[in-house]
Amino acid sequence: MEILVCVKRVPTVGGKITVTPDGQDVDTRMSGFSISPHEECAVEEAVQITERMGGTASVLTLGPEVAIEQLRDALALGAGRAVLLETDGREFGPIATASAIAAEVKTHGYDLVLLGNEAADTGDYQVGIRLAHELGWPVATGIKNLTVTQDGVVARREYRGVEEAYSLRLPAVVTVKEGINLPRYPSLPGRLRAKRAAVERSAPDWAAEGLRKQALRVPAASKHQATVLGHGADAVPDLVRVLDELGVLS
Amino acid sequence: MTVLCLVELDGGGPADASLRAVTLARSLGDTSVRTVVFADSAQVPADALAGYGVTDVYVVEPDLLDGYAPQAWARVLAGLASETGATAVLAAGTERGNEVLAHLGAMTGLPMAANCTLVTPDGGQTHRLVRHRWAGLLLEDAVMEAPVALFTVATDSVANVSAALLSEGTPPGPPLPSSIEVHVHKPELAEDDLRVRAVESPAGAGGVSLATARVVVGGGRGVGGPDGFAPLEELAGLLGGVVGVSRVVTSEGWRPHKQQVGQTGTKITPELYLACGISGAIQHIAGCSGAKHIIAINTDPGAPILTHADYAVIGDLHQVIPALVQALRAR
Amino acid sequence: MTDTQPRTASAVIIGAGIVGNSLVHHLALLGWRDLVLVDKGPMPNPGGSTGHASNFIFPIEYSKMMFELTTDSTAQYKELGVFTQSGGIEVARTPERMIELRRRCSQAKAWGIPAEVITPAEVNKLVPYLDETVILGGGYFPTVGVVDSLRAGTLMREAAQQSGALTVLAGTEVLGITVSDGRVRGVTTSAGEIETDNVVICCGVWSPRIARMAGARLALTPVVHQMISVGPIALFADTPGEISYPIVRDVDTNMYERQHGGDMEVGSYAHRPIVVPPDEIPSIEESVLSPTELPFTQDDFDPQLAEALELMPELLGDERAGIRYAINGLISMTPDGHPLLGEMPEAKGLWAAAASWIKEGPGCGRAVAELMSGLVTTVDVHEADAARFYPHQQTVAHVRGRAREGFNKMYGIVHPNEQWESGRPVRVSPVYDRERELGAVFYETAGWERPFWYAANEHLLARYAGRLMDRPAEWESRWWSPIINAEHLAMRDACALVDLSAFAVLEISGPGALTAVQTLSVAQLNVAVGRVVYTSWLDDNGGFRADLTVMRLAPDRFRVVTGGATGRSDAKWIRDHLPPDAFLADLTSAWTTIGLWGPRARDVLAAVTEDDVSHQGFAFGTCREIEIGGAVVLASRISYVGELGWELHAPIEQGARLWDTLWAAGQPLGLIPAGIGVYGTTGRLEKGYRAFGAELTPDYTVVEAGMTRPKVKEQPFIGKEAYLRQRAEPPVAVMCTLTVDSHEGASGMPRYMLGGEPILSLAGERLVDAKGRPSYVTSAGSGPSVGKHLLMAYLPAAEAVEGHALLVEYMGEQYPVTVARASATPLFDPANDRIRS
Repeated sequence: MEILVCVKRVPTVGGKITVTPDGQDVDTRMSGFSISPHEECAVEEAVQITERMGGTASVLTLGPEVAIEQLRDALALGAGRAVLLETDGREFGPIATASAIAAEVKTHGYDLVLLGNEAADTGDYQVGIRLAHELGWPVATGIKNLTVTQDGVVARREYRGVEEAYSLRLPAVVTVKEGINLPRYPSLPGRLRAKRAAVERSAPDWAAEGLRKQALRVPAASKHQATVLGHGADAVPDLVRVLDELGVLS
Repeated sequence: MTVLCLVELDGGGPADASLRAVTLARSLGDTSVRTVVFADSAQVPADALAGYGVTDVYVVEPDLLDGYAPQAWARVLAGLASETGATAVLAAGTERGNEVLAHLGAMTGLPMAANCTLVTPDGGQTHRLVRHRWAGLLLEDAVMEAPVALFTVATDSVANVSAALLSEGTPPGPPLPSSIEVHVHKPELAEDDLRVRAVESPAGAGGVSLATARVVVGGGRGVGGPDGFAPLEELAGLLGGVVGVSRVVTSEGWRPHKQQVGQTGTKITPELYLACGISGAIQHIAGCSGAKHIIAINTDPGAPILTHADYAVIGDLHQVIPALVQALRAR
Repeated sequence: MTDTQPRTASAVIIGAGIVGNSLVHHLALLGWRDLVLVDKGPMPNPGGSTGHASNFIFPIEYSKMMFELTTDSTAQYKELGVFTQSGGIEVARTPERMIELRRRCSQAKAWGIPAEVITPAEVNKLVPYLDETVILGGGYFPTVGVVDSLRAGTLMREAAQQSGALTVLAGTEVLGITVSDGRVRGVTTSAGEIETDNVVICCGVWSPRIARMAGARLALTPVVHQMISVGPIALFADTPGEISYPIVRDVDTNMYERQHGGDMEVGSYAHRPIVVPPDEIPSIEESVLSPTELPFTQDDFDPQLAEALELMPELLGDERAGIRYAINGLISMTPDGHPLLGEMPEAKGLWAAAASWIKEGPGCGRAVAELMSGLVTTVDVHEADAARFYPHQQTVAHVRGRAREGFNKMYGIVHPNEQWESGRPVRVSPVYDRERELGAVFYETAGWERPFWYAANEHLLARYAGRLMDRPAEWESRWWSPIINAEHLAMRDACALVDLSAFAVLEISGPGALTAVQTLSVAQLNVAVGRVVYTSWLDDNGGFRADLTVMRLAPDRFRVVTGGATGRSDAKWIRDHLPPDAFLADLTSAWTTIGLWGPRARDVLAAVTEDDVSHQGFAFGTCREIEIGGAVVLASRISYVGELGWELHAPIEQGARLWDTLWAAGQPLGLIPAGIGVYGTTGRLEKGYRAFGAELTPDYTVVEAGMTRPKVKEQPFIGKEAYLRQRAEPPVAVMCTLTVDSHEGASGMPRYMLGGEPILSLAGERLVDAKGRPSYVTSAGSGPSVGKHLLMAYLPAAEAVEGHALLVEYMGEQYPVTVARASATPLFDPANDRIRS
């Protein structure tokens, strides 16, 4: 089973995001970086599938050279091959991203392509679907449970209290959501192997798209501060009163 | 001008998220808002939609397209957009809405902007828009240049306002259309369009789900471990709600992911969210900002969650929650 | 949890980490009330270094002060019930390290720490998952343990709260500190103003920022220390509690591994030094974990992964054990590695308690509480004095340079004479260039470049062959040269020039000057103008606070000359005790001092001055201005090397001329340049002269140091009551000079002790006096003129008998020593004929 997992390097943020003075990017001077959360689960899913069925999980990212760090993270978890679609740091839109990935898929040949449902930062919700259309493959998105056999997959998710099951023949594209599995942590030998592994590179072309970012900004700061009802168990009577006022006590 | 909007149904009426999308559609100016509904004609909530200024409803009935098939739904929208000369196609930013509009963008080659909060036509093929990044914790100002603008509408930040209210507003909105027309639509579908379709079955555990619960009691790092949730479960039970958790809890393996509230978990919209021992990392706020009221219980008066909460108790949840449970039982 | 902010406080303590919590606890115990503890973070873990510390304690240290602080802290942790003993092993991968372990275990013995050198097989028995083929052996310290520092801090803070002495303000940020007229007046926080006379800065990595609010500099920088947590470890699944296996310090790779529940925590000091300026520490909101748990930089840790795997292959090589926590942790570093404790020189009432590790935290809290209460501290912390650094040492460039240089030496083998390199040279004497031309080997003290010996004196080696006590073993020959001993012999044969520019020169003047020096000094200072007095200064307990000379230059003007290393601390001590009508001026950068000593010193001096420098004309212990070759020089006839001679003080810009004048006159008389190797060690050891910080410390009395005079002056002075009490009793210990009788060790090479070694009975047992103080070598060095290697040590009174035979343990072997002197009577020239000639 040849699987391609697409991951994106995103900053890890705490309780606050700040934007650079020019208003164009998130200020990442204090952040670390990681693979976007849904995709961490995609990597784990791919590794589990190849552990069960054989084959290789390849990991790919579209990003600058430093994104190799995320490729190595995935290699440390058990991915077998890494591909960097190297950019000069400019943001690629979903259409160009999908095209770049499609080119790699067409070159190499995979049975299954896994992506995260949406990237934590841009939240476009469309790369996987555009990729599938370009390849002419079926696609299921937002998947929380995946069963894979040699010919096809059954992909499940829940929507408004209803379970939806999708059957797709391979080759297929599936975008997954966090919760599909609990990703493992890398072992020491895994990290050392990842460190030594080669990374294939190519450099896709950037192209302007119909949707163009102008600026980023933090929504008006909530000057709001919660009304403190009190400290510790002493606050309980006031708390009960508030619950009553809010109408949650029947 | 004509704008097309996908409307999902929920409990017999139009989904709240879809009504927000319709409201935004109306805000685009002198538009005729036409909606698409996948249901039996008898189930179409035409009056409700009329109250929101919708002029037309195109119904695709189950005998032609049964159940959910994202690409097929997108194909329907594509056909209708072309037929009506729509300048924009919208949907709510739900999982289905985003999915269908993404398919529409892929099949037409058009760009799609997900989770918009404001859209302003700017002449010709240009729309200026504001959309969510980081699940709404950052805003993007963007420009879309396209013959047909595709976008989904953020489910929690655009108000759902009836047309009547809009038309009475200051400045007054567009006048209410005089009537609403329902068309039974027969779409032309390609073979591949039905390749991926949902087979539905009732979801696993019955009872209240996190996404629809009226009260959610949340536990975070402050709970301390998998064994610390009993008081929270008890409280949730007393309030007729469910327990939710922060991402720290699920990545430690203390609780399953389906209980996770957050950007990559479930977005909740309860009457009340009680956040216990949760500091308020932004991706968690993204999941609970739709709550009507938030009360935080935390030892740290400077925790970020307090800037989003209505009320707070500064203290250790291991003392406060049992005391609260006791007080509620005593009533 | 958080109380309302009061308007006034007896003290505002900023920072609720282990030190801040310990400090408020001890202040409350000492009777302080109306204390306020402020932290911008939440309780119990406000997000500082305490929150993520690895929490283990090894009792062995390079510094006695750190050892004592650790001992005190460990006792406090045990009292709080948060200490778990696990044992600890420092493993050696190299032969050099094995030597160091032997030295270290002997040192441990000096201080009563259980320690032994063990074989790889024995290491493996204690730590079965450690691959013994990778190591050559280990140093086993069974009393090593781990603590729950967060819990300890919480208990201490809550105790203070419960006693009603303390208000805690969590989630409250300090925005300003008000200082006026040289005193602290108050603090401004995000919740308003608090009036107070005392502010204590205990905020670890944020401390320099807070200090700046008060207009002060704090010589501390945050640096990164990487650590990861690997688990679940199969072997640990069934072990009870937090730790069941000894902690391993893989010192040759600068790493440690400790069990933490079901995980193995691996820490590293091996990566490139990463300095994080305090202003770049993220806020609590910006942080994913906490402000001192920064994102992990994987590349920096990868070499350590390989080394850890090599040491613990199966345990850490288990594919199911994942790296589930990894941070670039922030810790504080100072230029010399010691904490910053005490009042800061920039303002009265501004205190520091910073740059402490978990293992000294509670002890540092106690020490600063004692200092704030005007008490003599239980542990002598003068080496951690917050006022010790000179301005250049407090600069960001210096602090960061030393931190970078010191970081990778955390587990390094540190030689007692090892020299720093970064940021040098800073302070150079007027004769620096002359010294360089003479091939001076420079050591740094207080920023001054001081020649330790001169390569130009190499020709003396042949002249004194056979008397050089050369050191064939590598360790003691490091940072040393037999040229030092040759210079010593040449000085005692003819004469030597010694550059003493590093002296701190402090002048006290004004109507109250006599009162000032009388109060500070043991000796009588109401002497004639032109007298030079050598005196000790004591603390309230009668322990040594300083040891220096005072010259009376005028009825209302006294010049204090003290060592450069203690200059800043001594200046603050003076300022703190000045009466209103006395004034202090630091003239260090105005005067240079050149020493001229040896039997021919008078001949040299007479050749360059017409003033009367005969014995009758210029008595010992006096000072006066003389003219030397066109310069007016203050000559002071004293000697720290036990020879005839003078200290010559000239304005600094005329120092080179003075040197050149003496040099030219001295050549036909056999004058050589001599370095601090002679001045600081060989010369004084032969004369039994005690040095402050080595023999003279607050832990021993004047009586025990053998430095009492027949009479005690009538005038009051600090420590007088205690001193009188001490004189009334027999000493519990006595300062002795011992000679090493045989240097033959098992290797066949003669071995030479360097200091710190335990003195043992002939049966090989530690000597401990009735006050529980162990006997160890306080100073060691060659005595070339007496032909012996000399050791100074306090011995229990019963053992302090001349001729008594004992042992000293060095590098794990024992050597016979004899008590040569049990008093201050010198070994060389006991009647002091040379000095008084």
